[in-house]
Amino acid sequence: MLTFAINLSYLSGAVLFVIGLRMLGSPDTARRGNILAGIGMLLAIVASAVQPLENPNNNYIWILASMGIGGTIGYVSAMKIKMTAMPQMVSIFNGLGGACAVILAFSESLPYYDQASLLNGGQLAIILSTLLIGGVSFTGSLLAFAKLEDLVRDDKITLPYHNIFNLVLLAAAVALGVVVYLQGSSGSLLLLLLFTGLSLVYGFSFVAPIGGADMPVVISLLNSFTGLSAAAAGVIYNNQLMLVGGILVGASGTILTVLMTKAMNRSLLNVLVGGFGGTSGGSKAAAGDLVAREVSLNDASIQLNYSQSVMFVPGYGLAVAQAQKVIKEVDDILEANGVEVKYAIHPVAGRMPGHMNVLLAEADVPYPKLLDLEDANAALPNTDIVVIVGANDVVNPAAETDPGSPIYGMPVLKVWEAKHVIVLKRSMKPGYAGIENPLFFHEKTRMLFGDAKDSLQKLVSELKSL
Amino acid sequence: MENAIQFFSENLYLIYLLIFTIILGFEVISKVPTVLHTPLMSGANAISGVVIIGAILLMRQADPDDYLTLSLGFVGIILGMINVVGGFAVTDRMLEMFKKKKK
Repeated sequence: MLTFAINLSYLSGAVLFVIGLRMLGSPDTARRGNILAGIGMLLAIVASAVQPLENPNNNYIWILASMGIGGTIGYVSAMKIKMTAMPQMVSIFNGLGGACAVILAFSESLPYYDQASLLNGGQLAIILSTLLIGGVSFTGSLLAFAKLEDLVRDDKITLPYHNIFNLVLLAAAVALGVVVYLQGSSGSLLLLLLFTGLSLVYGFSFVAPIGGADMPVVISLLNSFTGLSAAAAGVIYNNQLMLVGGILVGASGTILTVLMTKAMNRSLLNVLVGGFGGTSGGSKAAAGDLVAREVSLNDASIQLNYSQSVMFVPGYGLAVAQAQKVIKEVDDILEANGVEVKYAIHPVAGRMPGHMNVLLAEADVPYPKLLDLEDANAALPNTDIVVIVGANDVVNPAAETDPGSPIYGMPVLKVWEAKHVIVLKRSMKPGYAGIENPLFFHEKTRMLFGDAKDSLQKLVSELKSL
Repeated sequence: MENAIQFFSENLYLIYLLIFTIILGFEVISKVPTVLHTPLMSGANAISGVVIIGAILLMRQADPDDYLTLSLGFVGIILGMINVVGGFAVTDRMLEMFKKKKK
């Protein structure tokens, strides 16, 4: 009877995961979906705590203590984190899941090397894959976190020929894995440790050259890796729920990764080994003698106030400046004066999939006002003023016109088709990708220099005084 | 080769489950609007915390004198739990904001 109840809990857990994920796909049901998946997880945790085992020592005190610590840390950090720091938070949570899988696989191999347990070839291979995938996901996510927190600069951690170094590293790790596999239990634990170490170094090194605009791709890819490592750990413990949960995450991570790469018109391989920057030699020089024209706050506010339609284009700069609430203030004032306000959201704006949507949601911008790439491009020719807040590469006309540009072919927001463009920008420095943006020198474009939040706040007071 | 065949037949049921789950996963998640990309990723991230179940099972089977395994399990559960609780909580926080403005 107990076994039946346990199995039923695991089964319900799996079903709740599937239904929960399904409901997460639609705005009306998303919140309930998340809660359902959470209930599924709770069922599964309880089931795993009481399921009959061969020689249980239970150690419930240890289990409860560690769950208490982990649960508290998780809850408190989730509640305290600023919405602008969301990509970092998701990355670090993700990395910890990967680390957990590594610990499991390592622990399961200990009795094997003590000759205290037997593993068949398949199981050993699964352990090794868990170590590799989980390890890459762990250190990769940690580095992604550090990059998003601006703790490291890309150029400080990238070696010359970094891509070749990565390939060699991966080949070495795989080769070592094969040796460990072939030696079986007669091999030494030391080699397994070395293999784990190589996997960890590879994870770090694999994320090292990828940065900036490519972050949404990497984050969803790492998410998918953690899922796969959880699924592999599920095979070790012969636990179907872990397998199902892990694979679902692997699938969702893969889909998001593909969506992101499609939005940039690049292949995954190109993102992983290519990287932006460094290749844009030809197109940079031309911009030297062009002049960007400035607009005063006063002119900008008058233009905005007497226009019919305004479209904001937010980018990572909005997150950095934490300007989401002020942008909403400008929006409210303009709406009150009869201006139609929309937001154009490029799929890879920001540092994780859907980043801008979350920020604008925090500021209470109703989501029907958010237009995706296609809708925005259709609406742009009839828009009076486009206001670009901290976006750069996603509005770069070079993606359409300059075959020499590294982002050539990437679908962008055609803001230059609107009547006027105002760019809020800190300085004339190129964006994260280091690519010149001809939009800033476009005849329709006016620059409003300064911190995005600051400029928007000044716009608010100008608009109020009109 | 023989090993592989043996593994295949011994785990046939698992392999079925694996393949169907992959297909199911792709079907369930394929058409998600951009608005929900972050919550979906973050929710899925929380689900990947199922790995905690392995850590609990590891801990329950550990010899009370085997401090190495106990410590590994202890750390494993902490990490898994942060992933699970933090993941679901942060997703809920995000979705709460989406909900508010539906008025």
